[in-house]
Amino acid sequence: MGRIQLKSVTKSFGDVQVIPPLDLTIEDGEFTVFVGPSGCGKSTLLRLIAGLEDMTSGTIDIDGSDATDVPPAKRGLAMVFQSYALYPHMTVRKNIAFPLRMAKLDQAEIDRRVEGAASVLNLADYLDRRPGQLSGGQRQRVAIGRAIVREPAAFLFDEPLSNLDAALRVGMRLEISELHERLETTMIYVTHDQVEAMTMADKIVVLQAGVIEQVGSPLELYRTPRNLFVAGFIGSPKMNFFEGEEAAKHNAHTIGIRPEHIAVSNTEGTWSGIVSVSEHLGSDTFFHVHETGLAETLTVRADGEVDFRHGDRIHLTPRSDVIHRFDAQGLRIG
Amino acid sequence: MATQHSRSVARFMMAPAVILLLGWMLVPLTMTLYFSFKKYLPLRGGDLGWVGFDNYVRFVSSSTFWPAVQATLVIVGGVLAITVVLGILLAMLLDQPMWGQGVVRILVIAPFFVMPTVSALVWKNMFMDPVNGLLAHLWRFFGAEPISWLSEASMTSIVMIVSWQWLPFATLILLTAIQSLDSEQLEAAEMDGAPPLKRFYHIILPHLGRAITIVILIQTIFLLSIFAEIFVTTGGAFGTRTLTYLIFQRVLESQNVGLGSAGGVYAIILANIVAIFLMRIVGKNLDA
Repeated sequence: MGRIQLKSVTKSFGDVQVIPPLDLTIEDGEFTVFVGPSGCGKSTLLRLIAGLEDMTSGTIDIDGSDATDVPPAKRGLAMVFQSYALYPHMTVRKNIAFPLRMAKLDQAEIDRRVEGAASVLNLADYLDRRPGQLSGGQRQRVAIGRAIVREPAAFLFDEPLSNLDAALRVGMRLEISELHERLETTMIYVTHDQVEAMTMADKIVVLQAGVIEQVGSPLELYRTPRNLFVAGFIGSPKMNFFEGEEAAKHNAHTIGIRPEHIAVSNTEGTWSGIVSVSEHLGSDTFFHVHETGLAETLTVRADGEVDFRHGDRIHLTPRSDVIHRFDAQGLRIG
Repeated sequence: MATQHSRSVARFMMAPAVILLLGWMLVPLTMTLYFSFKKYLPLRGGDLGWVGFDNYVRFVSSSTFWPAVQATLVIVGGVLAITVVLGILLAMLLDQPMWGQGVVRILVIAPFFVMPTVSALVWKNMFMDPVNGLLAHLWRFFGAEPISWLSEASMTSIVMIVSWQWLPFATLILLTAIQSLDSEQLEAAEMDGAPPLKRFYHIILPHLGRAITIVILIQTIFLLSIFAEIFVTTGGAFGTRTLTYLIFQRVLESQNVGLGSAGGVYAIILANIVAIFLMRIVGKNLDA
């Protein structure tokens, strides 16, 4: 139903090419996340798929038919915007019913679908309110409701959670994941937050400057990042990178080790350094270690019970089986 | 204590301005009220004593009163319709990104800076003159008989002149309102399957609702009292005598101050009714 295929798509604004030729296939029913730093072209890519921006060249197939010149309304896609883009002068009911009214469905069908969406999203009590009277999370749900009543081939989400507070974001993340399990519709989700990408995605597309750096499942990206950029972007806290002598021992230009793959001890280890900051999260503790002779700062994750303080000497042992090796071009070796 | 002191000092220092403004309003208002109950004919015997509500009754029952009300309504209604409709269209046009946007916007505002008397004279002599006017030349170019605008189509002419003056005001207010519309709302509507006309009707027009109301009310207050445009063009002839112009004629041409003042009081009441609506809407706007 919702297979989307991009073939050598490019986009330029004036002389600036923001998306160099790009190929990507999104399978039916897949939850795909576009992730990358600000300005990497992920939102532009989503808007190209939606049809809100015109492609400079290339083609896009939706459900096996060419949709390159099809206007946004006819592509059968529904979008949830960052600002929610609710219609402020309409009640929640009218907001959700708007796409159905535009499609000229009969009133009984419209009512049935709106009631259905409202019960799925717990909005039944708010149908006669206006968007201005709702909280951020409720507005977000109305925007999703407006998308699901259309029964689209695919949903497009443009950083939908960035305007919510941290607690609500975790809640909405779960709700969107559950919605995907229930509807089994293709979803494309744009975010700059790698945690959202890791927790929600079936497939992550990492973008930088309009170029796809890697495509894969969250764990593939975590375990075998294709290059330095992906290695540094996926995973929190960030992977540690060393060059020089330590890297040469592993026959690589650069090696990377994740903070969670380093064991700490106060007596012995491969490396040692001085703790500058320790962050206690309760479940975990993060140490920022200086004077290791390897890099400016080394980040290490330890159990919540481990107690080192500022200025303490700490000994570190990396797990040798999970050291990532990169060549001079930053590409993965082995 | 300190705040109480500074408050009384503030009141003391504001007093001159407040008293001046109050006097500026109260003196003419009281004089108008005073004269409206008197038979006062400056060139025919002066103050002839109190007459009660006689002037009020005579002003309304005069054969010129209802035609004047009608003329006022036609001008106000015509100008409002033209400025609001064209204002919305112009505002949407100016909202489009284009080359020389800044200059075009200033040019659009320009008519608002021209004094009413001057613009009416320019229209009368430069455009609407049946012999030398630009419109007459245009008509002749197409082989048509030039229209003597101010006598044959007097009402249309005045509505045109006044609309030209007020269009910039409407355009400016509506343009700022349009610029505050979230573009994602339009994109959402586009994706929801609304074609351009429906997007205008369902998204842009409701968004402009409040701005349109404000334009209508502010313009109504000013349009009820237009005078210079009529004075320098038709002089109230050819059915263009509005309520304001009727009051002017009663006071200065018929030299009947009492009767004119009674008309003035009617005008004050009318303007205040509109003003109350305006303040409510603007107040609501500030609350929201």
